[in-house]
Amino acid sequence: MIQTIRNGWRRVRALMSDDGYARYLRHHAAAHENTTPLSRREFYLREQERKWSGIRRCC
Amino acid sequence: MTERQHPATNAATSQGSRLHGVYRYALWVMVAILGAGAVGGIALSRGETINALWFIVAAVAVYSLAYRFYSTWIATKVLLLDETRATPAERFNNGRDFVPTHRWIVFGHHFAAIAGPGPLIGPTLAVQFGYLPGTLWILIGAVLGGCVQDMVIMFFSTRRDGRSLGQMARDELGPMGGAAALVGTLMIMIILIAVLGLVLVNAMKHSPWATATVAATIPIAIFIGLYLRDIRPGRVVEGSILGLVLLLFAVVGGGWVDQSSLLRPLFDQGGLPLAWAVIVYGFFAAILPVWLLLAPRDYLSTFVKLGTIILLAIAIVILHPDIRMPALTRFTDGTGPIFGGKLFPFVFITIACGAISGFHSLISSGTTPKLLANERDIRPIGYGGMVLESFVAITALIAATLLDPGVYFAINSPAGVVGASAASAVATISHWGFPVTVEQMESLAKAVGESTLFARTGGAPSLAVGMATLFSSAFGNGLLSVWYHFAIMFEAVFILATLDAGTRVGRFMLQDFLGNLWAPLGRTSWYPSVLFTSGVIVAAWGYFLYIGVIDPNGGVNILWPLFGISNQMLAAIALSVATGILIKSGRLRECWITALPLAWLAIITTTAAWEKIVSSDVRIGFLTAANSLADKIASGTMSPEAAQIALKLIFNQRLDAGLTIFFVLVLWVVILDMLRLSVRHLRGLSVPPLTESPYSPSHLGANWARDSR
Repeated sequence: MIQTIRNGWRRVRALMSDDGYARYLRHHAAAHENTTPLSRREFYLREQERKWSGIRRCC
Repeated sequence: MTERQHPATNAATSQGSRLHGVYRYALWVMVAILGAGAVGGIALSRGETINALWFIVAAVAVYSLAYRFYSTWIATKVLLLDETRATPAERFNNGRDFVPTHRWIVFGHHFAAIAGPGPLIGPTLAVQFGYLPGTLWILIGAVLGGCVQDMVIMFFSTRRDGRSLGQMARDELGPMGGAAALVGTLMIMIILIAVLGLVLVNAMKHSPWATATVAATIPIAIFIGLYLRDIRPGRVVEGSILGLVLLLFAVVGGGWVDQSSLLRPLFDQGGLPLAWAVIVYGFFAAILPVWLLLAPRDYLSTFVKLGTIILLAIAIVILHPDIRMPALTRFTDGTGPIFGGKLFPFVFITIACGAISGFHSLISSGTTPKLLANERDIRPIGYGGMVLESFVAITALIAATLLDPGVYFAINSPAGVVGASAASAVATISHWGFPVTVEQMESLAKAVGESTLFARTGGAPSLAVGMATLFSSAFGNGLLSVWYHFAIMFEAVFILATLDAGTRVGRFMLQDFLGNLWAPLGRTSWYPSVLFTSGVIVAAWGYFLYIGVIDPNGGVNILWPLFGISNQMLAAIALSVATGILIKSGRLRECWITALPLAWLAIITTTAAWEKIVSSDVRIGFLTAANSLADKIASGTMSPEAAQIALKLIFNQRLDAGLTIFFVLVLWVVILDMLRLSVRHLRGLSVPPLTESPYSPSHLGANWARDSR
């Protein structure tokens, strides 16, 4: 039961990209060991800038 | 659908699975019979009313059969999806835009991106022909056209490193196709924003409650933007829930504004001031940093959108209301009050989103493919995502058809057609055979908290009345006015989200283009260029919005068909790219999966454009309308003010005729170019080579989706 709730919560967070920063840190740790990752705030702002540079919404 | 979850069936279970197979076969036969019964019931019903549940049953049966059989056949026999092949997300994984993502998460992102206000508005307007034409086109158009387009484009983009439609058109068809896709995208964006802005203005016109609620969404979005940047950086679920609570509060608060003698006049505005407000808003939304207004608004709109669509579906199933609109109305002859033109081809132009929408090909290429973890996800996301959008269109159609036909026409008919006074409007509409009274309209307006519901064109108010009727009976009686304004807020938030995002993308496309002429203009962070290009884009859609507002016939009757034609043109470009690739890659025998919808789009778009240009009916032909106005001015029967407006309308009608010609030319240039290349290929002559990336094996493993975080 608790597992189901936890899974559901994880899905909601993934759906809203709420887990983007954690995902970025994991990727960063694996791929760019020797550099300092962006802070949560910097990452959020840069992601928004990237996301809204292309066609993301339709009619 | 579990057909691929048990690859290791061994001999011991084969007896059981054969039995299982028989049951499954029987199940699908039953679905087919049920679906045929429901579709037949809808099509042949000529009684007083028909229950909405028939529509749901027919839709679910058609969708599941098409998904189970047609999409599987396309996936396994035509496209040959290969689950062992690494997707761009796996190969270029950068933790940011290329990220292998669980299929249902990608489905959510994809659906939130493709489903906008289009599938709500088009079906509502098309109901003037009766419920039947719209329903059949939404069902058939989606499963044979729209879903196939989305899935095939997604597949080709995935095989091409997630490239955009424009890039694929250039690579596979040549520079002509690429330029057509680019210009087409920019034009459709401008017309789309203008018509959505017009729908919004018509919903807010002289409605202090709606205007106050919609206005309140701006400070709420800014607050959430600041919250997500400074107070709790990046906690978007938390921020969105907070914003949702504030939005609901704004819906109720709008009612207080409506009651307040001090605030009411402030928000009680006519169409023109509201149009200017939307234009100024659009400009600022395009130049402000995205985190401040655009991004938080989008989080809120996604929440509200998904929530309301689910509520609507639940309400329809619980209440299964009766449909009051006849199957076919007298307006199939082209004399309809909402927009002029016969059933063929105009129902196919009016309903684009929900049946087939070219705009989707821009999301299905370039955006979604960068998230796909495995090629086999293309079927549920590409085909399945469009099935769900089509279902949204069916629910919107149900919400519009459960109104009394007289009420539906009274809300949606412009004053220029039925007369400006309530008495003349009900007289005209009742004379058409759809009885309605002034008292009925007044008590309905009072119940939803509006001063009047006459001539609220654009589709949003009549959809809101339908939704409010459903919601208040299903989830809380007596709150009709709150539910009505909730529905208006729901439509407004994603109209504004599309407006913000569209203006911004239009600006980038323009900067990209102008950068070729003078490099500094192409720099997206150079403020003079940002201001200039944003101004150009806003002026372009602002012009059409302005003309729509001053047009006594409501403007929607001009802009919506133009939007439909441009959207279908983009779909034709996408289907041409797909057909070309299919033929070049040796799949001539199966190329009809995209060539057939392409042929149909070419027929309806060309016929509609032809009628819009040459028809001698002033309500259909742009040029006839312009000439008739010019004659009226020349005869001196017009007041000077009316003549002033008429001059602007004349210019606009001629401009619209020019645009229509342009769209059709682009459409045929692309189709003929694709045919020329295909013939060259079949003759063994040289053509641009296929740009599919070479095979590389996937290392994510079969259990990736289950274990991934």
